[in-house]
Amino acid sequence: MWYFVSPQIVFGPDSLEALDELNGSQALIVTDANLVQLGIVEQVQAHLQKAGLSVSLFDQVEPDPSVQTVQRGAEVARGHQPDWIVGLGGGSAMDAAKAIWVLYERPDLHPAEINPFMPLGLRQKARLITIPTTSGTGAEVTWAIVLTDTEEQRKMGVGSRENCADLAIVDPALTVNMPPQLTADTGLDALTHAVEGFTCSWHTDFTDGLCIQATRMIFQYLPRAVENGSDMEARERMHNAATCAGLGFGNAMASLAHAMGHTLGALFHLPHGRAVSIFLPYTIEFFSHEGEGEPARFAALADAVGVNSGWGLTLAQYIRDLCQRIGNPISVAQAGIEQGDYLASLDKLIEDAFNDTQILTAVRTPTYDQLRQLFLYAYEGRPVDF
Amino acid sequence: MTSKLKFPSDEWIKELSAQLNASEAYAQSAKDWEGDFVFIVEPDSAYDDTAYLYLGLYHGKSPDAALLPSLDDREAEFMLSAPFSVWRQVIEGKLDAIQGMMTRKLKVRGNMMKIMRYPKAAKEIVSCCALIPTDFGD
Repeated sequence: MWYFVSPQIVFGPDSLEALDELNGSQALIVTDANLVQLGIVEQVQAHLQKAGLSVSLFDQVEPDPSVQTVQRGAEVARGHQPDWIVGLGGGSAMDAAKAIWVLYERPDLHPAEINPFMPLGLRQKARLITIPTTSGTGAEVTWAIVLTDTEEQRKMGVGSRENCADLAIVDPALTVNMPPQLTADTGLDALTHAVEGFTCSWHTDFTDGLCIQATRMIFQYLPRAVENGSDMEARERMHNAATCAGLGFGNAMASLAHAMGHTLGALFHLPHGRAVSIFLPYTIEFFSHEGEGEPARFAALADAVGVNSGWGLTLAQYIRDLCQRIGNPISVAQAGIEQGDYLASLDKLIEDAFNDTQILTAVRTPTYDQLRQLFLYAYEGRPVDF
Repeated sequence: MTSKLKFPSDEWIKELSAQLNASEAYAQSAKDWEGDFVFIVEPDSAYDDTAYLYLGLYHGKSPDAALLPSLDDREAEFMLSAPFSVWRQVIEGKLDAIQGMMTRKLKVRGNMMKIMRYPKAAKEIVSCCALIPTDFGD
């Protein structure tokens, strides 16, 4: 027994117009200050007002939103009593919107208590709309929420199937302003979702096709979107790919690259997509050296994206080639992290990666020593040989 | 140990405790963990009794384990309950324990904030269950 959860998805050019048809009286937009400056919040606000809704705004979401931020946002929601909460932005804004919605409906909960093991009883006060402005996180269709515990410098994954959005609007026009580096980082996040969603131990018949199609599209369109942000075909296909990957891994799971990337990102403040994608080839190599049928799945994915020689080791190199082509690092050292700082943090990196929920679905669970080696190999850029 | 141990039984839960105490992976992943469990085995078509298996867990070790005569016999911070056949699926590796909890086939009671911080330890406990030659009374 398992589930496939998805919002209703409106996609393609002009899909923001779906907001014009909403029924309700009050909407709260959860976003960041940058999107206010870019005028994107104003566009969304205009559509909501066209539907007859009063609109309030919480624009204090920071990258890697903290527990305190979502608690503040929930206070704002309680003040305005919205019947729609609109998460507008990248993964941080959408994850914050999910958490704010839960805390608005369930003020008795601490954010860390949001979990998939018990009913939350949402949708008594409001429903959730997600509108991504980057093409990567897939947060518009997933129920996972990543928050940062600022005291422990640790990212924590919480969430419940119930906090999946009711409506996701995937409008490529909202991504045109993304600079090349952000396009690259978020696109590689989507690639990591697609690859890990396909190869983790919780993959299903319902998620495999989405992950394969997303991987194909990302290899084809990400370089174009990075090279020319005005290439609207590339922008649209990347936006769709990110959502497909989100559906794929969101209904399966991610894996070891995410566990390692979360810890690196939390300690060294690296963008999420860059952090997880650095580790992806190393974890593929690790899985491909030993395991229970894993190479066959990597071979299937490699074949599907046109890497003819099959095995995961080749897929890993193919991913490194893509990273280099779009100017992204293929090692932790290339990402600009000082070796001394990294080595000093190694024990915490290992500890936190082991306590990340994404490690549950790794098809080969590393020992402490192996995980240490993986972090060291990824620093140096050495292909994994164990 | 070569003979199979009946599940649920005092011998079985004591063997799980011994497996955990021999596991370096569990010791490392649960080195800060404090919180005992009671596993409640509920009756179903394959088992007509209710059993309470107590598992003491402290700082990467399992200092104590026992089949309890009743739930009131020992206090535990966490309880995990499921029908016998669901437990069997978990022990035989046919049901991922976390997926079982997410689909509420396995019901957990206790501080979820605490449990969610130790996913690797949870996985190691399940791995140790799989190491026990188990007699399910077939």
